[in-house]
Amino acid sequence: MCATCGCSGSARLRLVTVGDTAETLAEQQHDHGHDHDHDHDELGHEHDHSDDRTVILQQKVLAKNDAIADRNRSWLRRRGVLAVNLMSSPGAGKTTLLERTAREQGDQLAISVIEGDQETALDASRISAAGCKVVQINTGVGCHLDAAMVAEALHALDPPAGSVVVIENVGNLVCPALFDLGEAARIVLASVTEGADKPVKYPHMFRRADLVLVTKTDLLPYVEFDVGRHAADVKQLSPGAQMLQLSATTGDGMQEWYDWLRHSLPGQPD
Amino acid sequence: MHELAIIEGVLDAVTERLPDAKISCVRLEIGALSGVVADSLQFCFELATEGTSLQGASLEITQTPGRCRCRTCGSEFEPAGQILLCSCGSADADVLSGQELKIASVKVA
Repeated sequence: MCATCGCSGSARLRLVTVGDTAETLAEQQHDHGHDHDHDHDELGHEHDHSDDRTVILQQKVLAKNDAIADRNRSWLRRRGVLAVNLMSSPGAGKTTLLERTAREQGDQLAISVIEGDQETALDASRISAAGCKVVQINTGVGCHLDAAMVAEALHALDPPAGSVVVIENVGNLVCPALFDLGEAARIVLASVTEGADKPVKYPHMFRRADLVLVTKTDLLPYVEFDVGRHAADVKQLSPGAQMLQLSATTGDGMQEWYDWLRHSLPGQPD
Repeated sequence: MHELAIIEGVLDAVTERLPDAKISCVRLEIGALSGVVADSLQFCFELATEGTSLQGASLEITQTPGRCRCRTCGSEFEPAGQILLCSCGSADADVLSGQELKIASVKVA
């Protein structure tokens, strides 16, 4: 079993661009070269574990991911590219938000997208149809993107200076919270159809959010969603987070989102 | 199930540092605010270490408490759960400790 994705060995991490019939740009085979175990009998050193030697490591478990994330971040900064990590539960409206953003802002703001899903290039096709350059990462059974996947996708995207890269993470309010990808900002979507209790149920996700977008506000008349309570809970978990409300269906609140993106763009590179 | 990826990080770190050693025990320090569930780590560990130099090793997890400083009243406190609620009613707090995900040590057979 693979510890990256939980696969049974033959599955692969897939990274594809839309338009090139599921062309595999990069494949990370999960061949871990299991040649480092040994047979006690064969090597003839049956041992008593009371003689075991303790080696102090004091090492961060995610040190490797964090180092790659730091490299991604400096690379993006040097290029003058804004990268944001878009996270939410499945179906909160990440792709719909990006489709409308691409259609309405595509001629003024260069936007490219890294799509993370367990399977299919459906979202990448939608984003591509809206006019964006997009790379799809399929994680297999993996539940989040990590910094190494994003590094590969950035290489494939080659985003121009002054542009925006939106990393649409795997729909999941738990696992993506833990993995730094090298983004400049973490954005969490909360749709009104999910209910207002998500921040208190998934505090890790909301605690580190820089921006919380309440989506599908056109449906507010039909669902029970206490906007004030939701905002108060977000404020309590992440006092520094900004909050916006929008509907990517009617367009309400979209201008504030576009303003946020423009405002967050880094200065041009040296 | 990000605990699988956490265990992969442990495997990578240990096999990089001690490539030829047979490991009999791994000791982790997991902060109460790290977002990682110790039971899930235990569950993944056995599966993920199969066929590696950590196969058969035990996993010992020490959970370290969360420690916060309230930005409103300045007092230090240990949060009761994942919401950093100070007794003054504010949840605007800096995390001082408890987010660690650390490999403390390993035992080499």
